[in-house]
Amino acid sequence: MTAFWQDPITFLRLWLENLLLFWGVPEGWVLVIRYTIGAVLLATAALLFVILQLWLERKLIGRLQDRLGPNRVGPWGLLQPIADVLKIFTKEHITPAGADRVPFNLAPVLSVAAALMVWAVVPFSATVFGAELNVGILYLLAVGAIGEIAIILAGWSSNNKYALLGALRTVAQLISYSVPMTLSALVPVMFSGSLNLNAITRAQEVWFLFLAPLPALIFLTASVAEVGRAPFDLPEAESELVAGYSVEYSGLKFGFFYVAEFLKAFTVSLIFAVLFLGGWRGPGAEAYPVLGFVYLFLKSSAVYLLMILLRGTLPRFRIDQVMDLNWKVFTPLALLLLMIIALVDYFLRGALPLVRVMVLLGVNALAYVILDRLLSSRERLRRQPVAQPVRPVARPENLINPSETGVAS
Amino acid sequence: MSILQWVFVVTAFLTVGAAVMMVASRRMMHAALWLAVALLGVGVIFITLEASFFAIVQLLVYIGAILILIVFAIMLTQRTDESGARLNAYAWAAAGIAGLIGAILAFTMAGWIIGSTALQELGSTFDAVLPLGQALVDAEGYAVPFEVASVLLLAALIGAVYIAFERKGERP
Amino acid sequence: MLSAWLYIGIFTLVAVALPAIAIFLAGLLAPKKPNPIKEATYECGVETVGPTWTQLRIQYYLFALAFLIFDVESVLLYPWAVAYQQLPLFAIVEAIIFLAILLGGLFYAWRKGALNWQ
Repeated sequence: MTAFWQDPITFLRLWLENLLLFWGVPEGWVLVIRYTIGAVLLATAALLFVILQLWLERKLIGRLQDRLGPNRVGPWGLLQPIADVLKIFTKEHITPAGADRVPFNLAPVLSVAAALMVWAVVPFSATVFGAELNVGILYLLAVGAIGEIAIILAGWSSNNKYALLGALRTVAQLISYSVPMTLSALVPVMFSGSLNLNAITRAQEVWFLFLAPLPALIFLTASVAEVGRAPFDLPEAESELVAGYSVEYSGLKFGFFYVAEFLKAFTVSLIFAVLFLGGWRGPGAEAYPVLGFVYLFLKSSAVYLLMILLRGTLPRFRIDQVMDLNWKVFTPLALLLLMIIALVDYFLRGALPLVRVMVLLGVNALAYVILDRLLSSRERLRRQPVAQPVRPVARPENLINPSETGVAS
Repeated sequence: MSILQWVFVVTAFLTVGAAVMMVASRRMMHAALWLAVALLGVGVIFITLEASFFAIVQLLVYIGAILILIVFAIMLTQRTDESGARLNAYAWAAAGIAGLIGAILAFTMAGWIIGSTALQELGSTFDAVLPLGQALVDAEGYAVPFEVASVLLLAALIGAVYIAFERKGERP
Repeated sequence: MLSAWLYIGIFTLVAVALPAIAIFLAGLLAPKKPNPIKEATYECGVETVGPTWTQLRIQYYLFALAFLIFDVESVLLYPWAVAYQQLPLFAIVEAIIFLAILLGGLFYAWRKGALNWQ
């Protein structure tokens, strides 16, 4: 019997189970009740966590941009997000004329649901994990598909050209980036021999970040793009698309797209921490499972802070740059790395852990140096031609005599 | 009936209903969305069969990729008039033929003796992914189909690029 | 395994129900004063011209197809990756050939300019 302070959640769970069994509830229903309570608590906690996260992000972005950030409501502006939530709760829901009502209302719900559903399989500590699913990683990737459907629904049902274009462009970006993401998520699976997230966590005697830093980098960048945050926030490029797929939404429906975006941002940090940073592992986490929560939270917060830093530092990409980065750098690189790591790690079977780490790190470093060379030489090639063929300007004289401008169309 | 059978019956009805709605809906995008519901239903049926991997693949490939491909294909077409009748003149004949084929299939299935090979019950911890992975690349398993699948995917990629870009080459 | 899926099923219901209930409650709280101007399509104040159905370029379809191909490919590779630790060199080389064929396809598409966003 574990003590309360060692593992409070398992303690409470066992207590509840025994209580229900004592009351004569059949065993199957005990399971259902336990799962329902767990799901409601976890989902609510995740949604409430977004409120804190909103404050943190606004404050940090404010500091990065040499502003104070929220500072009026409550100490350090801590109550600002709560005030925002109350405000958005009382705003009118406008349904644009010609909107397709069912998909229009379904879209924000599905968007949040897709972000929440990821939390069902995340292992939080040695003893507390949602579903011990034997296809955990694939589940994470599949849930992303539901988010894409939600975006298509939102864009199409709004009866607005810009919403539709924004939605389809967003989906094009999301599906593109899920290619290198899926490919680099194969590497932790190879190392651990399981698709189960808890098994992957347990297999990380050495963090997979040290065994495969480049796939980890690809995975992280692709997750930032999947979330659609700066520098990949084309979906909401105001200057091009009004505001993307959520233009016609107002009130809490709009708010939920916002919530889904923030929730996804933390969720991908969580997934990155589980796949590459050892999840809940840390000194004493086996004996005191409650520590696992702390470690996982610290690790994913570190990743999340990195994402905020990226958002505050980098300018937005253009859509063609986004696509080039994905299809011409990340996808081939992920494929090549997968081949190289599969081959190298085969010959390292049974080698000392230190040797294995060193060799794999060396391989990754070598790959990085070669990539850097290739990219910078490509960059040089691209910068050489200064005089591009100029597109004819629509001046009156050009329109009358297009051949005289001397520029072939 | 056990709970699992109830889940199966409800999902099966939802799936078939969504498939019917897909055929009968007036707007193309609605048809695509009903298709998503039908595909999801098939995924749930895979789950009731404890085939987690296939359930997830159903979700990942069919809803995640093929459905989005279909949506893009719909958006690629010109706007068509969507106000026509739901069913055309042949609808009832088609429904009759489909019903007949369904009845024949059901009749054949009912007479099919599954008991001829002894079925083994798999343990509750049985994980189908590992044996699947071993069989896929085993020389005596499915190594050749595995490689052929890769060639097939390559052919699909080249074909798509060819169709989309060769005509463009004619234009200077 | 089914109990894991039961949890996911319950979690999905909860994850859909929570935002749905919240939107419903907010709908009760929120004012409701629709008028034609408010419901008009928002295009930064400019009147809408033409139908909403804008025709997409083939580019989108091509990227979706490329995505589908790589998606199917990685789905086939996941069982291989699970078995990776127990596989002989032959099986690993086989998967590398599998990947190399697709990498070839990617380079073909690249050379043909299919990966350029225009």
